[in-house]
Amino acid sequence: MTAWPKPFRPRLSAPWCYRVHTVLVTNRAYRWLATRLERSPRAYRVFTATERVSKEKLFGCRMCGQCALPATGYACPMTCPKQLRNGPCGGVSPDGRCEVHPAVHCVWVLAHDRAVAAGHRTDLDLLQRPVDHREQGRSSWVNYWQGRDDDMVIEARR
Amino acid sequence: MTAGLLAAFDAGRFAVTAELGPPRGADPDAVVRKAKLLRGWVDAVNVTDNQGARVRMSSLGAAVIAQRSGVSPVMQLTCRDRNRLALQSDLLAAGALGIPHVLLLTGDHPKLGDHPEAKPVFDLDGVQLTWLARTLRDGTLMSGEPLTVAPRWLIGTVENPFAPPLSHRADRLAKKVAAGAEFVQTQYVFDVPVFARWLARLRDLGVTEHCAVLPGVGPIRSTRMLEFLRTAVPGVHLPSTVDDRFRGVPADRVAETGLRLCAETIQELAELPGVAGVHVMAFGFEHGVPEILERAGLAPHVTTLEGSVDAR
Repeated sequence: MTAWPKPFRPRLSAPWCYRVHTVLVTNRAYRWLATRLERSPRAYRVFTATERVSKEKLFGCRMCGQCALPATGYACPMTCPKQLRNGPCGGVSPDGRCEVHPAVHCVWVLAHDRAVAAGHRTDLDLLQRPVDHREQGRSSWVNYWQGRDDDMVIEARR
Repeated sequence: MTAGLLAAFDAGRFAVTAELGPPRGADPDAVVRKAKLLRGWVDAVNVTDNQGARVRMSSLGAAVIAQRSGVSPVMQLTCRDRNRLALQSDLLAAGALGIPHVLLLTGDHPKLGDHPEAKPVFDLDGVQLTWLARTLRDGTLMSGEPLTVAPRWLIGTVENPFAPPLSHRADRLAKKVAAGAEFVQTQYVFDVPVFARWLARLRDLGVTEHCAVLPGVGPIRSTRMLEFLRTAVPGVHLPSTVDDRFRGVPADRVAETGLRLCAETIQELAELPGVAGVHVMAFGFEHGVPEILERAGLAPHVTTLEGSVDAR
């Protein structure tokens, strides 16, 4: 069993994350790759392990399989002890620390500051749909390239 | 029976809500007693859901008892203890039992409560729960399956205007309102200028037209409570003006100073454009709520459904 979530400070600056993302944006080649990977359990396992290791190191990734990073300033909301996908709770201390782990900063305060600094403030206004727990441990890159994340984040409308 | 928040909002009346903490036990009279103290003085009473992650009688059960005792309940519901199935079934039960308002929140983490070893659920967050509530009221489950009868409660939410990132807090409420929230109660307001800036941003965003804002207030009754609020309750902001107010006050006058400060805060807040009412939080001090309201010039103003003003 994995440890319970604890806010993680990303090890890659936000501007770099947004740059790397442009390289990973879905195209035909990636979709072809994703389809091939899903046909081969062995290749899928190797690919997913690579994703896990790199994202764990950089973002504290917990492999929810439906990556929210592009909309959260590349600070992972699944490392919030309450796993909030839609912004910080009301218990953040005056100096921006987590109420559950007062030794570390609230991951949503980090997300906010990173998104604002990178000119992505309005990303935080988007509604994040509830997590599909069946995707736990699956590759979020494959899911993204296959278009399964398309309606994960939507514009909030009254 | 008090007529509830919708009646107050429709009449353009300054709404008043208070808090009722269910007992740690199966004693219905504890709820009845508190409800009777508040009846006639408030438009609705929040029934808390394992507040502070400490086990109490369920908010649904206590809300039904409060309603039978003549107050209009606001059933609080948190994401801490229930997955999406349980949240939906409890919301439907509230609808069937005629609970007129629900207040949806993420909830305190179990680590801070009386069962720190418990599994935290948090299947949804507070924003998603608000969204889910509106989906139910529109007549479908989260799965898309239709309901036989849709619930009709008013949807409430919470926000803390004083927690970082400050500049994000109004936008966060705007998101909850877009998801379906129709009224909001806030964390304790001790710093009116900071609250006023948050409210101004809400007005700019057009949020106050769609969501009634009820700032939270409460009396500081002892120096111990002052310290407790400062150190033990996450998210409470006490500005230096509050310390100044209590400095040098003899111990037997602290409670009086706290009551006066609370009443003055209500009056200041009532002057702000966009404030629809006030939410009084006085844990274990429900009997003092009428006095606070009276001092703030608000008592007793709530008309019951029968059309008569309740006797004190």
